Amino acid sequence: MDDIILEMRDITKTFPGVKALENVNLKVKRGDIHAICGENGAGKSTLMKVLSGVYPFGSYEGDIRYEGEECRFNGIHDSERRGIVIIHQELALVPMLSIAENMFLGNEQATGGIIDWNQVRRRARELLRKVGLREDPDTLITNIGTGKQQLVEIAKALAKDVKLLILDEPTASLSERDSQALLDLLREFKAQGMTSIMISHKLNEIKRIADKITVIRDGRSIETMDKADITEDRIVTSMVGRTLENRYPHRDPKIGETIFEVRNWSVHHPIHPERQVIRNVDLHVKKGEVVGIAGLMGAGRTEFAMSVFGRAWGANITGEVFLHGRKADTSSVGKAVAAGLAYATEDRKVYGLNLIDHIKHNVTIANLPGVSSSAGVIDDMAELKVANDYRKKTNIRSSSVYQVTGNLSGGNQQKVVLSKWLFSNPDVLILDEPTRGIDVGAKYEIYTIINKLADEGKGILVISSEMPELLGICDRIYVLNEGRIVGEMAAADASQEKIMRAIMRSLDREEKLEGAAS
Amino acid sequence: MSTETAPATVSASKATARDAIKENLREYGLVLALIAIMIFFQFTTNGVLFKPVNLTNLILQNSYIIVMALGMLLVIVAGHIDLSVGSVAGFIGAVAAVLMVDYGFHPFLAGLVCIGVGAVIGGAQGYFIAYMKIPSFIVTLAGMLVFKGLALWLLGGRSVGPFQAEFQMLSAGFIPDPIGPWTIAGVKLHATTLVIAILIVAAMLWSALKSRASRESHGYDAEPYGFFVVKNLVMAGIVLFLLYMLASYRGLPNVLIVMGVLIALFVFVTKRMTFGRRIYAMGGNVKAAALSGINTERLTFYIFAIMGALAALAGLIFAARLNMATPKAGQGFELDVIAAVFIGGASALGGIGQVTGAVIGAFIMGVMNNGMSIMGINIDWQQVIKGLVLLGAVAFDLYNKKKA
Repeated sequence: MDDIILEMRDITKTFPGVKALENVNLKVKRGDIHAICGENGAGKSTLMKVLSGVYPFGSYEGDIRYEGEECRFNGIHDSERRGIVIIHQELALVPMLSIAENMFLGNEQATGGIIDWNQVRRRARELLRKVGLREDPDTLITNIGTGKQQLVEIAKALAKDVKLLILDEPTASLSERDSQALLDLLREFKAQGMTSIMISHKLNEIKRIADKITVIRDGRSIETMDKADITEDRIVTSMVGRTLENRYPHRDPKIGETIFEVRNWSVHHPIHPERQVIRNVDLHVKKGEVVGIAGLMGAGRTEFAMSVFGRAWGANITGEVFLHGRKADTSSVGKAVAAGLAYATEDRKVYGLNLIDHIKHNVTIANLPGVSSSAGVIDDMAELKVANDYRKKTNIRSSSVYQVTGNLSGGNQQKVVLSKWLFSNPDVLILDEPTRGIDVGAKYEIYTIINKLADEGKGILVISSEMPELLGICDRIYVLNEGRIVGEMAAADASQEKIMRAIMRSLDREEKLEGAAS
Repeated sequence: MSTETAPATVSASKATARDAIKENLREYGLVLALIAIMIFFQFTTNGVLFKPVNLTNLILQNSYIIVMALGMLLVIVAGHIDLSVGSVAGFIGAVAAVLMVDYGFHPFLAGLVCIGVGAVIGGAQGYFIAYMKIPSFIVTLAGMLVFKGLALWLLGGRSVGPFQAEFQMLSAGFIPDPIGPWTIAGVKLHATTLVIAILIVAAMLWSALKSRASRESHGYDAEPYGFFVVKNLVMAGIVLFLLYMLASYRGLPNVLIVMGVLIALFVFVTKRMTFGRRIYAMGGNVKAAALSGINTERLTFYIFAIMGALAALAGLIFAARLNMATPKAGQGFELDVIAAVFIGGASALGGIGQVTGAVIGAFIMGVMNNGMSIMGINIDWQQVIKGLVLLGAVAFDLYNKKKA
C-alpha cells in the first residue's frame, strides 16, 4: 500500500465556452517529486489553481483528497493552512520590500499587530540557510537576481510549514547553474520527506529529478509514468499525440518574392539590460506566405515581434529590417506602420483595444488619416462606412459599430483588432497568438481571414503556442528558443515531434555550452 | 460552447425616440439638472436669478473657469490632472500688470505675450510629464507652488492696477450696437445681439438638418423625425431666450464672444478632428494607443501646452475683471475647474468626457455660487453644499453606469 498524500479525482473545470479540464486524475505519493508535463494551454496551471483553492470548491467538479481527507478549499488561505504552497511562474514578490519582509508577507511574525523584527530576521536567516541563499535578509528583492528570488519564494513557502510544494515552471527564467542549484535543493527536501509537484517543459530536467510524471493534454490526464519508464520520446509522443480534425480552412499558397526580412536582430531586456532576450535572429517572409514562429513560453517570440514593430519593447536593439528589399526605418511605431508593418498583439485587452470606446473608433485609430482631410478633420460618414465594411468583412457580431468593445466576446474583440490593422493596409502583418482564448468557431473565421490576406499578396507572420495551429495554417515554420532561431522547416515536413525535438536539442546544446564555460 | 454574448445584428431596424434619448441620457440629464437648479434658485431668490443683469453677471463671473475647463477636459480625458492652473492664471495676471501698468505695453501685445508665456509654462510641465514620465499630479503640484511664489515675487506683495481702458473691455465690455437699440413691447433691446441670436439659431438648425440629410443619404438611420424636431426646437428656444435676456440688459459681453468661439473650437476639435480622437484613445488605453502608432508623448506635451495657454487667457480675463493684479488672484481656481469637469461627466480614469459637459458642469457650479450668494447663505455652508453636489454627481453617474 503506497502512502498517497494527494489524490485528485475526476477534476472537471469549465470556463465560459471552454472546458479547461476534463476528468483529470492525479495521484501523488508522499515524498515523491512528481512532474506534470503538457503543452502550453494543456491545463496544467488550471489544475494547480484548482488544487490550491484559487478556483474555490464548487467552481469545479471532482474530489480532492489530501492526507486522507476530502478537502474543500475556498481560497489560497485554506490550502496554505494545510501545508500546500504554490510558487507561480511569475514570482509574487514585492520588489521594494526586503527579503525578510517578503518572506513573511501575510504571515507576519507579530503579536497584536506589532511586528517583532528580531524574530523576523532570526527566522529569515534560518530559512535562507536552509535554501542555501547567502544574502542579508534586509536586502531589497529588486537588488537580487531571478535565481535568488526563486529561492526566496521557496524560503517563503518553508516559513509556512509546507508539506506539499508546487512549483510552476521554476527554472523557466533561470540560468543553467541556478536551475541546477534549485533541482539539488528539491532533492534535498525530498530526502527530508517533503513532497513536490513540479510543472516543467524541460524534459531533461524532469528525467533527472522526477519520480513520476503525469502528462496532461487538452485538459485530460493522459498517463502517469514511473521513473523507470521515462524516456523523452515517450513523453513527447504523449504530450502532442492528439487526433487532428479538419479545423483549418484549405488554401493553395501563391508565394512570391521576399517582402519582409529581419537580419541579425538582437534585443536586450529593458529593465535588466545585461540579459539578452533575442540573439541574432534572421528571418524572412515572402509575398503570399504564412510563416509561423513556434516556441515555448518565454522563448522571446512576443519580445521579438514588439521590438521589430517600432521598438515597442526592449533596449539596445541592433539589426536591420527590410521591406520589399529596401531597408526600412521602424524606429517608432508610427514609422513602422508607415513602412507597411502591422502587429496585432497577444494581449488584446491590455495592448490592443480601447475597451471603453466603441468598435468604430477602435477600427480607425491606427489609420485616422485614411478617414480625414489633410487638415485633420474626420469625415464621420467615411469613418462609419469603413467601420461597417470591416464589421461585415471580418464578421464581427455586435448590435452595431457603436457597441463598446469591452462588451464583446474574445473572438469578436480579436476581429476588431484585426480590422484595425487591415484598415491600416499593411504589407506585412505580425499576428501574435491570434486565436488565444477564443472558441473553435471564431478560430476558423480568423484562419479564413488570414488565408484571404495571404491570397491578396501580404506577408504574414504568426506567433502561436498551439503547434497544431501553426502546422495547420502556415507554409513555413521557424522554431525560436531562448531568443535564438533553432530550427526552420516547411510546414509540409514539420510535425509537433520535430518542433519539440528542435527545442529539446537546443536546450541540451545550451546546457553543454554553459557547462563547458563554467 | 459559444462565448458570443453579443446579440445578433439588428442593423436595419429604425431607431426609436426612446433609444435616442437613452443614448444621450448623460448629456440631456446634465442640461436638465442645470435647468432644474436654475429654476430652484429662481424661486428661492424671489426671481433675482433670471434677471437680465444677473444672467449677465453669471457669465462674467464664470468666464475664466469655463475657459480653463476646456483645457482641463483635454487633460483629464488624456488621463492626467493639472493642479497648477490657478497659480498659472494668477502669475500671468501679474505678468500682464507688470507689462501694461509698469512698462506701458499695448494691451493687445501684452495679451499675446502673456498667452505665449502660458503656453511655454504648460509645455514645460508637459515635457516633464510626457518625456520624463513624472506623474502629472506631482509635476503640476510643483508648478502650483512655483507659480504662486513667482506671482508674489513679481508683484512684491502689492496689488498692481488699474489697467488701460481697452484691456478692461475684455471682461467689462459689451459688443457695440450700431443698428439699435430697438424698443419692442416697451422693452429696450440691444439690436445687434438679437440679430446675432437669430443667426446663431439659424446656423444651429441648418447644420442639424444638413447632418441629418447626410446620414440619410448614406443610408444610415437618423433619430426619429419627431424627436429630432422637438430636440432642436427646444435647444433653439433656450438659446433665443438667454440671448433675449442679455439683449434686454446691455447685449453680448465681449468675454462671451471669446468663450463662445473657444467652446465651438473645442467641441469641433474633440468631436471631429484626429487630434481630439487620439486624446480619447490615449486616455482609454495608453498602451494600445502607442501600439497603434500614436505619438503619445508628443500628444501629452501639446495638451499641457494648450492648458497653459488657456490658463493664461483666464488669468487675463480675471485681471481685467478686477482691474488689477493681486497676489491672491487665481487661488483655488484649479479646484473649481476640476470639479466642473467631473460634474460634467468626465472619468477620473481618462478616456471619457465631453466639452459640453464640462461647460455645463462649470455653469452648475456657477449658478449654485450665484444663487446661494443671493440667498445670503454663508460661504462656509456654500463650500459644504458644493462639495456634496460634486460627490453626489459623480456617485450618481457611476451608479447609472453600473446599472446599464
